[in-house]
Order: sequence, then structure tokens, then C-alpha cells
Amino acid sequence: MSVFRNAIFLAAIAGLFAGIVMTGLQSVFTVPLILQAETFESAAAPADHHHGEEAQAAPAAHSHDHGEEAWAPADGAERTFYTGLVNIVTGIGFALLLVAASEIAGGIRSWRAGLVWGFAGFAVFTLAPGLGLPPELPAMPAADLVARQAWWIFTVCATAAGLALVAFRTAPWLALVGVALIVAPHVIGAPQPLSHETAVPDGLHHSFVVAVTMTSLVFWLAMGAAVGTLRERFAAGLEAPRHSLA
Amino acid sequence: MAQTSVIQGSAATRAGILPLAFAGLLGVFIVGFAGFAHMDVVHNAGHDYRHSMAFPCH
Repeated sequence: MSVFRNAIFLAAIAGLFAGIVMTGLQSVFTVPLILQAETFESAAAPADHHHGEEAQAAPAAHSHDHGEEAWAPADGAERTFYTGLVNIVTGIGFALLLVAASEIAGGIRSWRAGLVWGFAGFAVFTLAPGLGLPPELPAMPAADLVARQAWWIFTVCATAAGLALVAFRTAPWLALVGVALIVAPHVIGAPQPLSHETAVPDGLHHSFVVAVTMTSLVFWLAMGAAVGTLRERFAAGLEAPRHSLA
Repeated sequence: MAQTSVIQGSAATRAGILPLAFAGLLGVFIVGFAGFAHMDVVHNAGHDYRHSMAFPCH
């Protein structure tokens, strides 16, 4: 039981830390762009001095109703609070995955090794799925939600498995299988909308893609470094079976 | 946990794989629920998070 308990504690602290860092970064870099894009969503029809874009943009963009039927946090402090809460909870979730994977591979023994593991997490969860499905703003057209979610999950699993084969298997052919796994989702291709036309300006979307990618990178690096720094405190528990033999 | 005493060296860490797998599975459930649940309430609460983490949203 102590391996499980120590893994949970380590992930909880690292995830809490990374989640708080992420909330701060998001409130500065990504959320303002989301709010800006929402103005195109709610005001798609009114006199937008663009050349008749709204006629196509309105039906193309998925309906996105805030709190028409279901509860939604009020804009402002309440919305920020829930974003922060979800960041921390999922930070712990991602940290559990990071701790589990790295412990099976022998554990992260320094903050610098943690940066490498964090970068791997970034590659798996942000970089690879983001190539086919770039970060979206509200009011942007997109393919069927379930199809995109399925491609996202498939890409994350294939990239993680591929990286593991490249990094931890000595047989050359397994490394080649790993490379093939990393490439495969992009050969298949992500589900795309029929039209990419949107009222959201290109510049705004570009800024958002950069902001999401960089904030995610810092989130993963912070989490990896935190696990590498804190692991020593829990190492005895995480390596309990080995110690009991000594 | 008694079976661990039979195995030596690096293989001893094998005894730790099951609890680690459970910890990872818990992580999958947390991330999956917050990022993928179709329930409106979860979607609305995590809306800005989902966009900021580039999860497929709406």
C-alpha cells in the first residue's frame, strides 16, 4: 500500500504546484484571448464590418450557450475560481500519470531529469494532438466532437507508447515501431471541419495557439521539476519492496 | 505483499507496478472526466481550462 500512498502524495503536491502555476499563466495569457473570441461568438450577427462573413460563420460555428440550460459559473471571480479548481484537480491527474510512468521506468531522480520527463508529457499531451487539432477558440468551426476526442485520445496513447519504445527499449526494431506509432495518427489525420471559415481573426487564433502551447510547456516543466525535487522525500516509500530486501 | 521477497534486484520493483498502475489509472479518470465529460455542468465549469489545454471542446 505504501507505494500507492507515496505515489499519490508526490503527485498531489506536484500537481497542486503545477496547477497553481498554470492558473496564473492562463489568467494572463490564454483566458483574455478566450474572452475576446467570445465577443465574436455572441455578436456574430450584428454589423461586423467584414464582407458578409457572418452569414457563413454563424451556422459553421458550433452553438455554444453559456448557462442557457445548465449551470455555468458567472463571469469574473467565479469563473476564474472554477478554472483554477479544474487546473489543480487535473494537475494532480496529470501528475499521477507522470509519477506512475516515471516510477515504472525507475523514478525521476533530479529536477533536471524532471524537466526531460515534463517535456515528454508536453510532447504527448500538447504537441502531438495540437498538430492535428490546434487549440481552438470559441466561435471557431470544428469537426464532430466525439470524433475529435477519439483522435485526441488515440494520438496521446500512440505518442506515449512510441516515446516509451524509443527511450526504454534497446532493440532497434522496437525504436522503429515507436517512431511509426508517433507518426501514425498524423498519417491518418485528425477530423477537420468542412470549412475553416470563422469570424475569429487569424491573428487572434495564432496568438492563442502560441499562448496555449507555451503555457502548457511551462506547466509540464514545472510539474516534472517538482516531481524530481520532491521525489527524494517519498523515495523510501516508492522503493519499499527493494529496501525490504536489504 | 509477501511475494516480493522472492524476487531480487530490479525485478523487485515489479511489486510496485500494480499500485503504480492504479495511481496512473486514477490520473486517467481525473483527466478524462475534467477534459472529456459531455455533461454541461462539467463543460461549463472547465470551459476556459479545456480551451487553454487544447482539449477538443464543443
